[in-house]
Amino acid sequence: METLKGKALTKFGSHINTDDINPPQYHISSRPEDLAKGCLKNIDPDFAEKISAGGFVIAAKNFGCGSSRETAPIAIKAAGAKAVIAEEFARIFYRNAINIGLPCIECPDIAAKTDVGDELEVDLEYGVIYNLTKDTAHQGIPIPLYLIDQLEAGGLLPLLKLRFRQK
Amino acid sequence: MGMTITEKILARGCGAKEVHAGQIVNAKIDLAMTQDASGPIAFNEFRELGIPVWDKKKIFVCIDHFAPPTTLAQADTLKINADFARDYEIEHFFNIRGISHQLICEGGHIRPGMVAVGADSHTTTYGALGAFSTGIGSTEMCSVFATGELWFRVPEAIKVVVSGKLPEHVYSKDIILKLLSMIQANGATYKTLEFCGDTIADLSVEARLTLCNMSVEGGAKNAIIAPDEKTITYLEARGIKRGDMDLFQSDSDAKYIQEIRIDASELVPYVAKPHSPANGVPVGEVEGVPLQQVIIGSCTNGRTEDFKIAAGILRGHTVPRDLKCLITPASNQVIAELSQKGYLQVFADAGCIICNAGCNGCGIHALVNDGENCLSTNNRNYLGRMGSAKGSVYLSSPATAAASAISGKITDPRSR
Ligand code: SF4
Repeated sequence: METLKGKALTKFGSHINTDDINPPQYHISSRPEDLAKGCLKNIDPDFAEKISAGGFVIAAKNFGCGSSRETAPIAIKAAGAKAVIAEEFARIFYRNAINIGLPCIECPDIAAKTDVGDELEVDLEYGVIYNLTKDTAHQGIPIPLYLIDQLEAGGLLPLLKLRFRQK
Repeated sequence: MGMTITEKILARGCGAKEVHAGQIVNAKIDLAMTQDASGPIAFNEFRELGIPVWDKKKIFVCIDHFAPPTTLAQADTLKINADFARDYEIEHFFNIRGISHQLICEGGHIRPGMVAVGADSHTTTYGALGAFSTGIGSTEMCSVFATGELWFRVPEAIKVVVSGKLPEHVYSKDIILKLLSMIQANGATYKTLEFCGDTIADLSVEARLTLCNMSVEGGAKNAIIAPDEKTITYLEARGIKRGDMDLFQSDSDAKYIQEIRIDASELVPYVAKPHSPANGVPVGEVEGVPLQQVIIGSCTNGRTEDFKIAAGILRGHTVPRDLKCLITPASNQVIAELSQKGYLQVFADAGCIICNAGCNGCGIHALVNDGENCLSTNNRNYLGRMGSAKGSVYLSSPATAAASAISGKITDPRSR
């Protein structure tokens, strides 16, 4: 899989939950573009605007805790994020994100060592994050290989279609 | 090497003799649940595959969130659910009869030893009946509908030993709020919380459900309580035969990565402050906070036993006119029991708002405004989950909520 390049566009602390990511007040519809507009609005009002440039979301621990709603990673992806890099993810969010094709990389200390605006390069297969601005490299936890295949296919649904649709 | 209950269930699920934490296994699914908010993505995706579901008896389609709908968009969403249940001949379609988790437990659909998944994070609840159960997303649910299986990383286990007699006015909700305050909102991420000890053995099945329900607030993949005579009695009353239960117990040499001990006899009523369920403090620290709303119910504390406690406190009192006190029972069966036992009368006389069974209280029908405070027996008090992001939600047991409803401010139930 190719490496992902872009800027760290925004940074969050710990325990960002799915109600933060999909605030009920801004839930007009479940269309990705509508979800993107309201995404993280209560805690980062310009999130959608910032992330539309296409780059990375950085966070500390327990990113995506709370409900099982898949609209959470869908919103972040639709807003333009190439990947989320966090010190730790909540498990349902992590699975959902990979399933809908939003890469998530777990990397200790990443929030402390990255500033908004830093230019990053992410090697998904090896889980390495290169910070070109600071000239540093950070070893994260690589996404398991069989899930990389799934990401490359565009997510779990395209894979399911390959397996079942023809029958 | 010995195995935990969770390891034993997953081993059975994937047809292996032994599995251990860290292994990735593909397990057969015994029960798959969707609710109306998470279901439609799975349903629409599944329709694209053009195949029948793997087992229409094992799928539960529940409508409990937008129940009943208040916007056209919600009404549309419900139609997508109903159409799927009809078109795919889903055997269990619960159309606004109560909260999914409660219906699955009280209906005897979940049994010890099963592997269950739900497109809802509080699917962890069923662990109170000795099953492995966890929340998944919609696309994974689509995959389960197609294949009847799912991969899991066998979780490491944390043993939570609770011993001693709970003091008066202190309940299982206080145990879990205390535990979450100790381990924080990610203290059990990817792990199993296994509850044991004499306090847990003494708890009713209803009270155990509360513990497992909220375990996900600590990030847990699943929570589990070893099935015992109480579990068996609860399920036998629901038509399940003892022989149909896999009563797994953890081996004495099973591996735990952490052990947490809680002395129940020293516990006090706990309240989680805004905006995290892990912000629990002894009620004394927040006593007197003025309230505009109180909610008693939800999948966490919406069972007959919870309302018995609340009715016992509210009997003969009325709530102040500036306060809205909502009663949100977890199922129609609970409503029927409340009616039989006369608790509905108590709530009506007290001036409470008696809602239909469902998720109404979770920011769906009773929103808080800017600057308002709500004390609720729900499981989450995230910023903005119940309306205004400038409102505040506190969490407590039904006893603390009922005592607070009478005074219109957060009140220690022991002082009444
Ligand atoms: S009552 Fe609340 S927490 Fe429980 S299933 Fe419904 S929305 Fe979720």
